[in-house]
Amino acid sequence: MPYFDSLYNFACWLTHDRHEAEDLVQETYARALKGFSSFQPGTNFRAWINRILRNTFLTSRTGLKATATVPLDLEDEEEALPADKETPASILLRRSDQQLLQHALEQLPIAYHEVLLLCEVEEMSYQEISAALALPMGTVMSRLSRARKALGAGLRLRVRKGMNHGL
Amino acid sequence: MVCESWKAKLETYLDGELPEEEMRSFDVHVRNCPSCSADALVGVQMKRAIRIAGKRFTPSAEFRKRMEKSLAPKRRRSFRLEWMAAAAAAVVLIAGALTSTYLGTRSGRDEVFSEIADLHVATLASSSPVDVISTDRHTVKPWFQGKIPFAFNLPELQNTEFTLLGGRMTYLEQTPGAHLIYDVRKHHISVFVLQERSLPASLNDSSLKPGKLSFNMETWSQGGLRYFVIGDASAADIDTLAKLFKAAS
Repeated sequence: MPYFDSLYNFACWLTHDRHEAEDLVQETYARALKGFSSFQPGTNFRAWINRILRNTFLTSRTGLKATATVPLDLEDEEEALPADKETPASILLRRSDQQLLQHALEQLPIAYHEVLLLCEVEEMSYQEISAALALPMGTVMSRLSRARKALGAGLRLRVRKGMNHGL
Repeated sequence: MVCESWKAKLETYLDGELPEEEMRSFDVHVRNCPSCSADALVGVQMKRAIRIAGKRFTPSAEFRKRMEKSLAPKRRRSFRLEWMAAAAAAVVLIAGALTSTYLGTRSGRDEVFSEIADLHVATLASSSPVDVISTDRHTVKPWFQGKIPFAFNLPELQNTEFTLLGGRMTYLEQTPGAHLIYDVRKHHISVFVLQERSLPASLNDSSLKPGKLSFNMETWSQGGLRYFVIGDASAADIDTLAKLFKAAS
């Protein structure tokens, strides 16, 4: 099954629930098979199947709930991130704990963690991300930048408030 | 271009998405600007940390089995429908398999190259880059004895522009190896020596630009060992040092 492991990982991040993630992956493959005629040979298969997964999620109950509470389009939001000399990387190096980063990633709005996951974990190009998320390239770039800033701010916040689950 | 203009493009640079010409200019700038190189190092570490933290969930064997079964064509359909379903499933699987095999091989190989580049950068940024400080190969070589599970030869550098600065142990793919640092006209070059069998089979002997940060690098296999020569020195210098190693082994 193509991209089974990476689709499952992406689904878990979106749903925050393993059972829902399994249903989502299953539905994705079913839709991919059913709508295979819409796939244009020569275009990016990985972006295409990720797009099916994301669209399936967005129309699911969890997806609708998630996007109802957090806006998908964050491009117009004003930045109000506190200045801090400590960089996110220096926090991670000092703490050397993946959990801290995983919790900070979890707390990001879906629009942010999906773009970060596709870029850093799936190592997709901006063009592939643009196809998978149905966004213009410029939006992919600005959203990635905001996502990184938000992740850094989240890390600092967790350290400052001592809320990092046992750290 | 002032530093602020470079910094505005740093993320795009680290994502490897600037136009080729601009990537090259950025490489040159990063090599010469301590502030931008420090920011680039932080960015690389952050990308790496997200990559590791993001690969968090793996499907259970039971779910995998269930999915494989559900994707198999159903018996009760008519012969014609069964064939159509089987053909569609086969096309999806083949399209995916072809791209994922290609990407898998490429990403396995790219991952090693990017790890090598990370090790090189992280070591040079460290306050104590080498554990055995010596310009004498007869001091450095025995230092590795008992620390790594193989032996290798270091080249004679007399009448060359290269100077051995020292060595340290390194780990790649959970296997110990040797990391040597050389100097040529103020450029530092790392040489990694590892056991071939501990690395992905898809690594080819080549000279290339590893990952999205463009150092020059050469890699080859010799006597069961895999060598990587990497640094910001010119491709010609990297090649010369590689040839010295090939001749010594």
